[in-house]
Amino acid sequence: MDQLLQHLLNGVLLGATYSLLGIGLTLIFGLMNVVNFAHGEFYTLGAYAVFAALYGTGLSFFAAIPLAIAVGALAGATCERVLLRPLRGESIDTVMLVMIGVWIAMQNAELIGWGGVAKSVPAPFSTAPLVLGPVSVSPLRVFVFAVSILVILAAHLLLAHTRLGRAMRATFQDRETAALMGVRIERIHTITFAFGAGLAAAAGALLGPVFLLYPSMGDLASLKAFSVVILGGLGNFAGAALGGLVLGVAEELGAGYVSSGYRDAVGFAIIVTVLLLRPSGLFARAERVG
Amino acid sequence: MRWLGLGALLAVTATAPFWVWNPYHLHTLIMAGIFAVLALSLNLLLGYTGQLSLGHAAFFGIGAYATALLTVKLEWSPWLGLLAAVALPAAAGFVIGRLALKLRGAYFVLLTISFAGVISLISVNWTELTNGPPGLPGVPALEVALPGLPALSLRSKAAYYYLVLTAVGLADLLCLGLMRSRVGRALVALRENETLAESVGIDGTHYLVLAAVISAGMAGFAGGLYAHYTRYVSPEVFLFSYTVTMVIMVVAGGKGTLAGPIAGAVIFTVLPEALRAVTSWQWQMLAYGAFLIAVLYFMPRGIVPTLRDLGRRP
Repeated sequence: MDQLLQHLLNGVLLGATYSLLGIGLTLIFGLMNVVNFAHGEFYTLGAYAVFAALYGTGLSFFAAIPLAIAVGALAGATCERVLLRPLRGESIDTVMLVMIGVWIAMQNAELIGWGGVAKSVPAPFSTAPLVLGPVSVSPLRVFVFAVSILVILAAHLLLAHTRLGRAMRATFQDRETAALMGVRIERIHTITFAFGAGLAAAAGALLGPVFLLYPSMGDLASLKAFSVVILGGLGNFAGAALGGLVLGVAEELGAGYVSSGYRDAVGFAIIVTVLLLRPSGLFARAERVG
Repeated sequence: MRWLGLGALLAVTATAPFWVWNPYHLHTLIMAGIFAVLALSLNLLLGYTGQLSLGHAAFFGIGAYATALLTVKLEWSPWLGLLAAVALPAAAGFVIGRLALKLRGAYFVLLTISFAGVISLISVNWTELTNGPPGLPGVPALEVALPGLPALSLRSKAAYYYLVLTAVGLADLLCLGLMRSRVGRALVALRENETLAESVGIDGTHYLVLAAVISAGMAGFAGGLYAHYTRYVSPEVFLFSYTVTMVIMVVAGGKGTLAGPIAGAVIFTVLPEALRAVTSWQWQMLAYGAFLIAVLYFMPRGIVPTLRDLGRRP
């Protein structure tokens, strides 16, 4: 029983970062209809940004995180402005292939820039676990969870309660009408992509110290992000938030009770099962997938 | 004029082992041939049905492992192993096709990626079957043993080159025959406008599954050829870089054409080898990514169709 509680707790703590990844992608995939296979690369970028900040400029870990988010958002904005805007009218497949190209290019640029040897980011927390009754948890993971929740809340506030958020929602509900209402839709596209990329970078920055950094870490992150998006339904913020937690818990339970080697297969299994059984996701409005 | 060029090309390729002295270059051509079969298989799906499969490396790998396991652990004849290398992935393609019959576009892609991911994890973790990361060395070479004649081992590069050349020719003929048949027309109709095609009675699911089965079988065949050439199979066949290379070959070469994937395969096998002396493979892969984007921008239909169009202008 204690084991179960521990697994559940670990799953929730990790799941919050998956939610970050998922929310970012659900905005890009669900709202902009861009199949962002490079999503994991912004995640990796965030992680390496923290690494570079810590070792290059001597910034503190806590300051490095917002920096990483900014780097990710900037990279996303650049990507959208340079690559996606000219392709605005193209088919979704062409855009998908372009994003695959970005994925390949970014990952190998990171490989060239930082080398293939895994790196670790030291976190300014004691490694001694906090014992809370039957479960124990590392302070780092609690911090990661707390910041993830904060970022998710901030994102929600931005989308639901600001003018910018309203403009974003309007653009994706009905582009032409939003444009008629004076919304600068080209800028909204760039901002949305930057937003999604920034969230991915946040996840990377937070998970950097938890796991090791290596250039292909983004591959699994991408897949898990898609898993969360499919689970929660395209474009569904709350669905993605919940979906992330579900994925986190499912992974922990799978790793704990089935096999740790197949841990990452849980994400794949979710994609396959949900797509086949309930393609619109657990929480979503109806969506055409076929 | 066109036939002259084609004939010259055929003559050049058919006599290659006689004038390509460097065995390493011959090796490159053999690998190009194997990739050509692989690219043709992916083209069947991407070019003719419009569905992108990013999991084709899984079919390649299943084919390689199938023949490797059967010939090493059960000591089957390598030719039967090759047969299994076609049959097993084809069966997997059938399962994937039927399961994915409701999905299109990005969702189909995600499903294929997930499938490839699971297969890759299995190859690494199910060590009792696949021997895990160390892989399976000692895969026997193919042998032609006709009764009454001495056994001819297809171990030399020249012999294997001809085998691969035959395979590419067969694959090309298969695709050609398919495209000119009702099946091919149905697939193109489905690609162009699925709803319209179905309204005239073309069963989308049936034809997509058929395309998936043939495509997977072909990819598996390439895997089998690879296994009996390198004589060693490891989970590295599932490396995503193979999928990436395949996609580039088809997209940059020209999807939806028959010459495009072959041209793409040759270009993107020869180019890395030529660049190997100058750059590391990371820069190469980086260049691939940039090149893919550039092709999609400037030559969206691929190199072969663009060149054909240029040639056609008076």
